[in-house]
Amino acid sequence: MNVAVAVDDDVRYEARPSASEAGPAAKRVVVGYGFWIFLLSDIVMFAAIFAAYAVLTHATAGGPGGVQLFNQRSVAIETGCLLASSYTCGLMSLAIGSRRYAGTYLAALITFVLGTSFLALELREFAGMIAIGAGPQRSAFLSAFFTLVGCHGLHVTAGLVWLAVMMAQVAIKGFRATVERRLLCFSLFWHALDIVWVWLFTVVYLMGVLS
Amino acid sequence: MTDTQYDRAPGDASALPDVEQGTSSGVLVYTIGLALAVILTAMSFWVANTSLLWAGGISLGLTVLAIAQMGIHLVFFLHVTTGPDNTNNVMALAFGVLIVTLVVVGSLLIMADLNDNMMPPAELMNLQMQH
Repeated sequence: MNVAVAVDDDVRYEARPSASEAGPAAKRVVVGYGFWIFLLSDIVMFAAIFAAYAVLTHATAGGPGGVQLFNQRSVAIETGCLLASSYTCGLMSLAIGSRRYAGTYLAALITFVLGTSFLALELREFAGMIAIGAGPQRSAFLSAFFTLVGCHGLHVTAGLVWLAVMMAQVAIKGFRATVERRLLCFSLFWHALDIVWVWLFTVVYLMGVLS
Repeated sequence: MTDTQYDRAPGDASALPDVEQGTSSGVLVYTIGLALAVILTAMSFWVANTSLLWAGGISLGLTVLAIAQMGIHLVFFLHVTTGPDNTNNVMALAFGVLIVTLVVVGSLLIMADLNDNMMPPAELMNLQMQH
């Protein structure tokens, strides 16, 4: 986005009618906006779970707390996976924009692999915690922890399924308008999940191990 | 028809399909975003583990870093900007942030207040939170 493009944009805005005079918005804009609203409602749901977690952080009922349970190295790797997958998802949007099949498949594959690695690490962490008796039934803190992190994990799982379905659609239907709109929604979803994870690793894993 | 469309879908880099953005500038935007996000993430992990900083301020510092990183993600990955074609997206986002703040801050304030009022005998302190 260089300065020349920005100036060019401004000139075009001047010359064009305002939004209300331009008639109905393009379908791509309406669909994107609708999905944006859904994502915000999803984030409000996460906010409620975050609030529950924050309230119950110290309610360990004599069981293990965050300091004993959380492994920062694994969290750092998970964060790296998710951040890198957000980046490759962005590259995928660019490849879709310029109608490059090979680039789209490659970026989608890397995104999928990174998302799967994230999920595998998270499941390993969960399994390890349950194995030492720190399952969701142990204390209110652990219930809140599994709800919050598990809910994000479920979203990532749904995103991975969605990505696989979208790649099948690209292969069969090609880059038609409907497929492109779905891909736009998918990339919004994936980036929003990364924003949720930023709060998650900050609130749960980093603040959780502060003395 | 495309000439008159004005609003921008969230996540779209440009509302104008006829403006050649060029893939290279798009890659640059995502790469800058990734670099900034990595720096902020690394800072978060460093802040949480260092003993150089005043312990009382670390939570606040982590919160600030998370807000900053959220901003980076919104601008560089979701392309939410302050441009005139983005007003609807920003307004929806602002409403979402309002609700999120009310839910989180409200819950924390109310529960902290409840704990304060439950406090007096030391052995009963925080009792309702230990079940």
